[in-house]
Amino acid sequence: MALAGNAINFSGVGQTFLTGTGSLTALDGVSVTIAQHEFVAVLGPSGCGKSTLLRLTAGLMKPSTGSVSVFGLPVTQPRDDVGIVFQKPTLLPWANVEDNVVFPARHKLGRVTPEDRAQAQAIIETVGLAGFEKRLPSELSGGMQQRVGIARALFLNPDILLMDEPFSALDALTRDMMGFELLRLWQASPKTVLFITHSIPEAALLADRVLVLSERPGRVIADLPVPTSRPRDETSLGSPEMQDYAAHLRSLLIRKEAA
Amino acid sequence: MTAADTPDTSAAKTPKPVTAAPSAKTVPLKERLLRTPVALPLMTFLLLLILWEAGTRLFSVPSYILPSPSRILLGFEAVPPGRWVEHIWATLRVALLGYLVSFVVSLPIAVGLAKSRLLSGALYPLLVVIQSVPVVAVAPIIIVVLGTGDAPRVVITFMISFFPLVVSMTTGLAATPPELIELSRSLRAPSLREITQIRLPYATPYIFSGMKISITLAVIGAVVSEFVAAEKGIGYFIQFSTSMFKLPQAWAGLVILVAMSLLLFQVVSQTQRIFFPWSLPKGQK
Ligand SMILES: Nc1ncnc2c1ncn2[C@@H]1O[C@H](COP(=O)(O)OP(=O)(O)O)[C@@H](O)[C@H]1O
Ligand SMILES: [Mg+2]
Repeated sequence: MALAGNAINFSGVGQTFLTGTGSLTALDGVSVTIAQHEFVAVLGPSGCGKSTLLRLTAGLMKPSTGSVSVFGLPVTQPRDDVGIVFQKPTLLPWANVEDNVVFPARHKLGRVTPEDRAQAQAIIETVGLAGFEKRLPSELSGGMQQRVGIARALFLNPDILLMDEPFSALDALTRDMMGFELLRLWQASPKTVLFITHSIPEAALLADRVLVLSERPGRVIADLPVPTSRPRDETSLGSPEMQDYAAHLRSLLIRKEAA
Repeated sequence: MTAADTPDTSAAKTPKPVTAAPSAKTVPLKERLLRTPVALPLMTFLLLLILWEAGTRLFSVPSYILPSPSRILLGFEAVPPGRWVEHIWATLRVALLGYLVSFVVSLPIAVGLAKSRLLSGALYPLLVVIQSVPVVAVAPIIIVVLGTGDAPRVVITFMISFFPLVVSMTTGLAATPPELIELSRSLRAPSLREITQIRLPYATPYIFSGMKISITLAVIGAVVSEFVAAEKGIGYFIQFSTSMFKLPQAWAGLVILVAMSLLLFQVVSQTQRIFFPWSLPKGQK
């Protein structure tokens, strides 16, 4: 591939929606390149177009202006090598954990092979849900449900993982734990991750690089590499450089919110 | 809590010196009744029957105005069991066929309404118009057009029972979380599979709500159609008996209709409970 090394490229991307009363510009002039296996967090106030950015990458919509490409090819439709994790787990309430994880196969191809089952089993173990294969989502805690959501996204072994505030519905402790779990998964099986959040510590702890978006219409107002090396743990946020970094991110966000 | 706390009242109101600690036996009657769901309505019903029996006897109400429960019971004997079975089967058959047609017709309509705003705009007002037509008034016309036999009766039953099904199915199909629809699109799955594997299962609780309303309406539909033209069926039997002033047996027919409705409702409820337990509201499993 000509542009090997680059996973996602946004070039002058703008998105305008037609609404009942007129039009609404959600994104404006976003130009960013994300390298393969890079973990990029996107921070920004609500409604600034973060989810829209993710949908554009997933090929669920087309940009009004500019272009989005994945592995050097313009995104015209959803791709097989992109997995999505939503804010809410949105599992199938009638299907057990295993059936939820193999759902992409059943839904895409209409059948589930024994190999699919084995693959699902392996992923279920990786995300720490061994023993819960036959449980229904309603029998699981919020954190476990989101693990199933992640397992489902990993099932087709995507090169790119898009995560839209995946831990924001969880309590603080579970949220931290899930963050470290995600890092562990990512290190074991490197992927390009586009991780949307509105938590500064979460972004700083998980990502290689943090993009800060402005209030709507969302523009990239900062693109800052995280100053701490990996592996990271609970103490990583305590270092002076990380404190400064987090404070800087906060000032960028607050300035925008006051404006 | 001893007698010392409330010396006078406890002595006056409770003759037996019971200990205050609540045991299984000292649970108040009211609590026990509330815990057994069938007990309360059953008691109300029995009380009503007794009052009814006593009232009709006491005031010598003629049976063509209001027969007593015991007279109604005798009304069951006015017709041999074989004839009852024929009447019941005639009504049940039409109700079930009409219900089935309602379901089969509602499903594609609901899918269309939920998936396409164009279709929804074009079709929905029409459905409301059909729903607003007083079916009882149209029934004679339908009978003339479709002739005798089950067909016109099934159509009448369908017209009375399909609307709640369409509405509940459409609501249910549209209630699917948008994320799952996006998941489906991101997998580039065939559109039909989005319906069968996501939207329809998600609509199940809604569909069952509609089915519970519709099954009762289907019995009403079957009876209405028999009022217009039939030579068999419970509706026909009630009308025939009334015209002969044989009120007790008409009431007996009514009792059978109520039993039929309740039974069919239970069949729908239990089907959901047994085959789709996850679709029940929380606390009802
Ligand atoms: N399909 C759509 N049609 C109209 N407006 C939309 C649509 N999707 C998003 N929007 C609007 O665009 C803005 C950005 O949305 P979103 O990307 O979901 O923001 P974020 O995820 O940052 O909170 C919001 O104001 C939202 O209401
Ligand atoms: Mg969002």
